[in-house]
Amino acid sequence: MGPAGIAAGGKHVLESFKEALSGTGITASLKENCSSHQVGCLGLCARDVLVEIHQGGTKTVYQYVKADMVRRIVDEHLVGGTPVKEWLVDGAYDAFYKKQVKVVLSDVGRIDPEEISAYEAVGGYEAAKEVLHSWYPEEVIEEIKMSGIRGRGGAGFPTGLKWELGRKAPGETKYIVCNADEGDPGAFMDRAVIEGNAHAVIEGMIIGAYALCAHHGYVYIRAEYPLAVERLKRAISQATAKGYLGKKIFGCDFDLEIKIKLGAGAFVCGEETALIASIEGQRGQPRAKPPFPVNKGLWQKPTVINNVETLANIPYIIRRGCAWYASYGTEKSRGTKVFALTGKIKNPGLIEVPMGITLREIIEDIGGGIENGKQLKAVQTGGPSGGCIPANKLDLNVDYESLAKAGSIVGSGGMIVLDEDDCMVNVAKYFVQFTQSESCGKCVPCRVGTKRLLETLERICKGHGRSNDIERLEKLSAGIKATSLCGLGQTAPNPILSTIRYFRDEFEAHIRDKKCPAKVCKGLLTYSISEKKCKACGACLRACPSGAITGEKKTPHKIDQAKCIKCGSCFEVCKFGSVERN
Amino acid sequence: MNDTLDKIVADYRDNGGNVISLLQETQEAFGYIPREAVDYFSAQLGIAPSRFYGVATFYSQFRLNPTGKNKIIACCGTACHVRGAERILSGIKRELSLAEEEETTQDKEFTVEKVACLGFCSFAPVVLINGEVHGKTNADPILKEIRKLKNK
Ligand SMILES: Cc1cc2nc3c(=O)[nH]c(=O)nc-3n(C[C@H](O)[C@H](O)[C@H](O)COP(=O)(O)O)c2cc1C
Ligand code: FES
Repeated sequence: MGPAGIAAGGKHVLESFKEALSGTGITASLKENCSSHQVGCLGLCARDVLVEIHQGGTKTVYQYVKADMVRRIVDEHLVGGTPVKEWLVDGAYDAFYKKQVKVVLSDVGRIDPEEISAYEAVGGYEAAKEVLHSWYPEEVIEEIKMSGIRGRGGAGFPTGLKWELGRKAPGETKYIVCNADEGDPGAFMDRAVIEGNAHAVIEGMIIGAYALCAHHGYVYIRAEYPLAVERLKRAISQATAKGYLGKKIFGCDFDLEIKIKLGAGAFVCGEETALIASIEGQRGQPRAKPPFPVNKGLWQKPTVINNVETLANIPYIIRRGCAWYASYGTEKSRGTKVFALTGKIKNPGLIEVPMGITLREIIEDIGGGIENGKQLKAVQTGGPSGGCIPANKLDLNVDYESLAKAGSIVGSGGMIVLDEDDCMVNVAKYFVQFTQSESCGKCVPCRVGTKRLLETLERICKGHGRSNDIERLEKLSAGIKATSLCGLGQTAPNPILSTIRYFRDEFEAHIRDKKCPAKVCKGLLTYSISEKKCKACGACLRACPSGAITGEKKTPHKIDQAKCIKCGSCFEVCKFGSVERN
Repeated sequence: MNDTLDKIVADYRDNGGNVISLLQETQEAFGYIPREAVDYFSAQLGIAPSRFYGVATFYSQFRLNPTGKNKIIACCGTACHVRGAERILSGIKRELSLAEEEETTQDKEFTVEKVACLGFCSFAPVVLINGEVHGKTNADPILKEIRKLKNK
């Protein structure tokens, strides 16, 4: 049960199970067999609440479970022995999992995230224990290097190399920081990992700290994730009680203390140097690199910053060996990656796939295709730093190199599917709006440049585009990319550049013909009522918030264009399709 | 109020002087960052008020005004955006007669906040009304819910 599960009423379902199990006089042994524990995100969030029932060796899964369905499941299935057929998951459920490979998510959704014993029962903390007892730090670094894992936070820097630099950096005091700021709007991978298995993140940090010889760790996590914060706190105190954190951990001569720092809502704080400033309690503004954080980080001490998913992979790599991990993925992009698959897709949810899988496999096989029989238009990856891959490039491999070549990035793992109803100019405008408002303001190219980009796009969407706007956007973008201080500005133009690259005709339609082909951009639409079709029911008249619609009983209604605010309310309420949008 | 502020000042001194933690504690206690609190910290700690405001206005979490009785949070993250979040948000603002940049109604009954992703993206579009999640929604049910709260 992840956040979506809780949103969908998972708590009630859990309570109902507890109640139903105790109420019907089911024997204690049965209770134990099906001890209803709460788990992290099972992946297929849109079908929440999902309930898995394990009996002996067989597993049955129910979807869309509501509290009032629990009694029947308990009575017929657990007591009676026959599953409630109509509530079971369908074929899409199997398809959703078939092409996935779970490494970092292998225990998420399987174990109770609030109990350290559950994690230990599946081999948790064994890697850390072994490493601390019998490995040299250099061996750890070598193992991670050989696994080929690259940072999952966005930039894809080889993790083993980063650790080596951190190890070699001179200094007594060092820090390891887990970046759980997850700023990409429309992505929830790190949240799911922490909520589903916070202990794996902690174990990864222990191993990393040992490799670097760091005795202090921080997790910088956004305050918008209260459940993740709670579970992380709990995990840290459980690990401390067990002697896995604190002084002389695992009985070895090694100390490690981990603290949690709550973010305060600033996207730029995901950037390493801004994150450091924020942990120190200042405004989260980045600074120029070098010096890099591995040499001068928190309080000027050597600091290694890793993403949640990167760290949570580490225990699995150590436990199963670098060769096993490296057997997944491509030559230069090893292992697996978690994506948050959302947008106009039939089965949205959290997925983990081997690097190098094609977009087509993700969209069609795992995601089940586009919902409502619509046409795929593009897939957005990498959030505000990424770009849009058009539908005709669906056979592209999802790895660092291929996506970069196509003008996007793997990024932290947001993957938003767009269909024919989405306007690409609007999507570009959306992301620039985001980066513009999140720009910290320290450097001019980003502060002023994104503002000018946004103004131009807004003008285009309002129907005031000028013939040289595309060239202006491209030129300005190039300047911002080349001269911004940090990654935020350097990547902010990417969503514009990639949409211009693949959807130039849509830009031109907006600029030259003053039309929005997808009928999204308000300024380019007019609403009118067809006299022939209007039944004068008055629905639109009541729905119109600006009083722009007039009409009597039995006479077709009319929209006063001067008063119309183009909100689309009339279009939505009309049952007869008589409101026309052009 | 002063007892609370004293405790926050003491915590600040203990944890090595972290302005963000201090402001987070203050907001936790009062629901926003009251001007009197900043003046008090400034006097007690000998730090200019601008330091506090500099941090408070940088991060979107901090608010300098109290919120309304009912809190509505509309997600405008990418997944929600492509599923019509904007239409819902403008519907809510219209219903409550709030201007584009306004967050809290005059009668202090409602505060409407816009956030970038709540992590419920598979349920897009998402609106939180007083902590309760409304997913896969549209303007209609949300406005109904708001009207119910209005009539309370
Ligand atoms: C504007 C900006 C925002 C970022 N946001 C995040 C984030 O939310 N989470 C994250 O792990 N990395 C983020 N990064 C990347 C980090 O700076 C850093 O590269 C990463 O945390 C390193 O960890 P890794 O090597 O394990 O990927 C962001 C970078 C930039 C420039
Ligand atoms: S985009 Fe709205 S919840 Fe993620």
